[in-house]
Amino acid sequence: MGRSLLGIEDLDRAEIERILDRAVAFQPHGGPNFAKVNTCTGMMVVNAFFENSTRTRSSFEIAAHRLGADTLSITAAGSSVAKGESLVDTLNTLAAMRPSVIVMRHQASGAPHFLARHLSTPIINAGDGTHEHPTQALLDARTILDRLGRLEGLRVAIIGDIQHSRVARSNVFLLSKFGASVVLCGPPTLLPREMAQLAPGVELEYDMRRAVRDANVIMMLRVQLERIHEPPMQAGEYFRFYGLRQEHVELAHPDVIVMHPGPMNRGREISSEVADSQRSMILNQVENGVPVRMAVLERTLLW
Amino acid sequence: MVKKLLIRNGRVICPASGIDSVADVLIEDGRVAAVGEQLSAPGAETLDAAGLVVAPGFIDIHVHLREPGFTHAETIATGSRAAAAGGFTTVCCMPNTNPVNDSATVTAYIVEKARREAVVHVFPIGAITRGSEGEELAAIGSMVAAGAVAISDDGRPVMNARVMRRAMETARVLDIPVIQHCEDLHLSAGGDMHECADSVRLGLRGIPAAAEDVMVARDLLLAELTGARYHVAHISTKNAVAMVAWARRQGLPVTCEATPHHIALDTGQMRPYDSNFKMKPPLRGPEHVEAVIQGIVSGAVDCLATDHAPHAGDDKMQEFERCPFGIIGLETALGVALEVLVHSGRISLNRLVALFTSEPARVIGWKGDQARGALKPGYSGDVTIFHPEYPWTYDVKNSFSKSSNTPFNGRTFRGGPIVTIVSGEIVWKAPGF
Repeated sequence: MGRSLLGIEDLDRAEIERILDRAVAFQPHGGPNFAKVNTCTGMMVVNAFFENSTRTRSSFEIAAHRLGADTLSITAAGSSVAKGESLVDTLNTLAAMRPSVIVMRHQASGAPHFLARHLSTPIINAGDGTHEHPTQALLDARTILDRLGRLEGLRVAIIGDIQHSRVARSNVFLLSKFGASVVLCGPPTLLPREMAQLAPGVELEYDMRRAVRDANVIMMLRVQLERIHEPPMQAGEYFRFYGLRQEHVELAHPDVIVMHPGPMNRGREISSEVADSQRSMILNQVENGVPVRMAVLERTLLW
Repeated sequence: MVKKLLIRNGRVICPASGIDSVADVLIEDGRVAAVGEQLSAPGAETLDAAGLVVAPGFIDIHVHLREPGFTHAETIATGSRAAAAGGFTTVCCMPNTNPVNDSATVTAYIVEKARREAVVHVFPIGAITRGSEGEELAAIGSMVAAGAVAISDDGRPVMNARVMRRAMETARVLDIPVIQHCEDLHLSAGGDMHECADSVRLGLRGIPAAAEDVMVARDLLLAELTGARYHVAHISTKNAVAMVAWARRQGLPVTCEATPHHIALDTGQMRPYDSNFKMKPPLRGPEHVEAVIQGIVSGAVDCLATDHAPHAGDDKMQEFERCPFGIIGLETALGVALEVLVHSGRISLNRLVALFTSEPARVIGWKGDQARGALKPGYSGDVTIFHPEYPWTYDVKNSFSKSSNTPFNGRTFRGGPIVTIVSGEIVWKAPGF
């Protein structure tokens, strides 16, 4: 039975490196296509997405197909959950159909952990509430490595709605394991002081100019209005104080790269000038999603 | 013919009477008749309690029996049997049923249903406000006349200070305590666990300790204003404990209770996303847990109460963010309390017995025919016999409760209930005794 991937926090550095190294083999390497390998032929990947997602679900589907696996996608609206069936019963039903792995996104933090206690089918967390998004952190790490060649010693500024970001948590866990220093920056309403205790090497900064100074990586996050019950600050003020503009990029390290996990709101958290610049790795991140998820699926199905 | 029960040779601990010695206890016709050495009672049924502690029947002033309305999770019958198995002879049930116990009709229903089906004494707690909605006072006088012994909107706080003031004024005249679920709903909104580094790490929304503290602070001022007997339910923060102690030093009739789970568990012991660790108030950090224990040691905390909150499997078998708050606790209360408080050397066995007997009785203020919480002649003939040392493992599959939501399943305890006697009748015995 394969191994679940529930979060980055529980993975050790060697295992992360193994995934990242394997992903290189699946990259297009300048060509038009990802490598098609059929190492997982006959296996069934169930994509259970209980929360809306286009890029992550597509990325997992493509990854599974490239590995030769069959896929089945279910969404909340189309599942029995919408008819009132409990999550456990829905997943038990699916598990009885003997999938090789369940890739799961859910709006509740810990939902995959909850299911992993009840199901024997391995589960890959494709984002759980405001907790973790492990494959995003892995593809972000792959993207940084591709461009900068290392993680150790980098200064990474993660800016925006930290409190509600599973991407931020997974990246903090991963980058910390590799000896990067992480600066978390956002309005105080979206950056709890306890975030400093997430992992070694994490510092908090409420001033964006100080956060980006000498940064090797600037990672922008979306304000997750759907999870926020009161506005953290007025929209215009948010962009003024926490929106990434060219003036910030100029304060950073000369080779700085700019990242965003998407979906991106231009003019709210990032200016178009920066989003479309040579510094922007946003599309590289999306591209790296497929090889990294191929490596993750392989890890679960074959390793 | 008068029915007699003679409990012989036990270590009788009755804090209210100052007794702690090997003695006999005689119960006649449902009431305590005598406590002394070598009592003679011809024709009495006898029970040998040598090597065991014989205490007044335990009282839990904070349970949820879920009837009427939620009988899939618990009933008065099943809840009372779980109480008996935990050594409790008297329980007070909170009004958050369906319908809410906010009228004499519902109070009378519970009283009558308990009379017919419960194996322990059950006293209803009436709602403070209609529907526990916090807006308009419930029929408090009528509920008290029908048998309610206190008022509370437990499960929810009374957010409106003016309404709380009027409730306290009414309660003062009726000489009943007002029991508050201390939680500022604006501060706690959406929260699932204690706000701390763990909540941030797990991506769960936090409930700050201040949500409890600000409500306690407000209510203490209202208690001073009105002179009411005010009781903080399930206290869980260091500031709340300090404020209650302060109020008492000012001479206010203020009391509070702690639950076994809030002194036995902290956020670090939670199994992440396991709904059996989701309760309100949430499990706090170690500094709060220590403050509550210290409050018990110092006397700032008056009594223990379980907040037994059954939820059926389906309700709790959900994602952590979606499942309801609360755990069952009647059957594990003594084992947990012995472990955390007595075996650790924090308090004496005598004090522990007081926390389960005379102290909760004092909080409610039972008098006359209802007097309980002590082995005094004329008091209700309720006795809890327990072993302070024997090892046993809690298996929730054997629970009398209809629900199994507990973080203590599989835990081994040192010491627990052996025999539970209600009005002179043995209602429960530990297997093997």
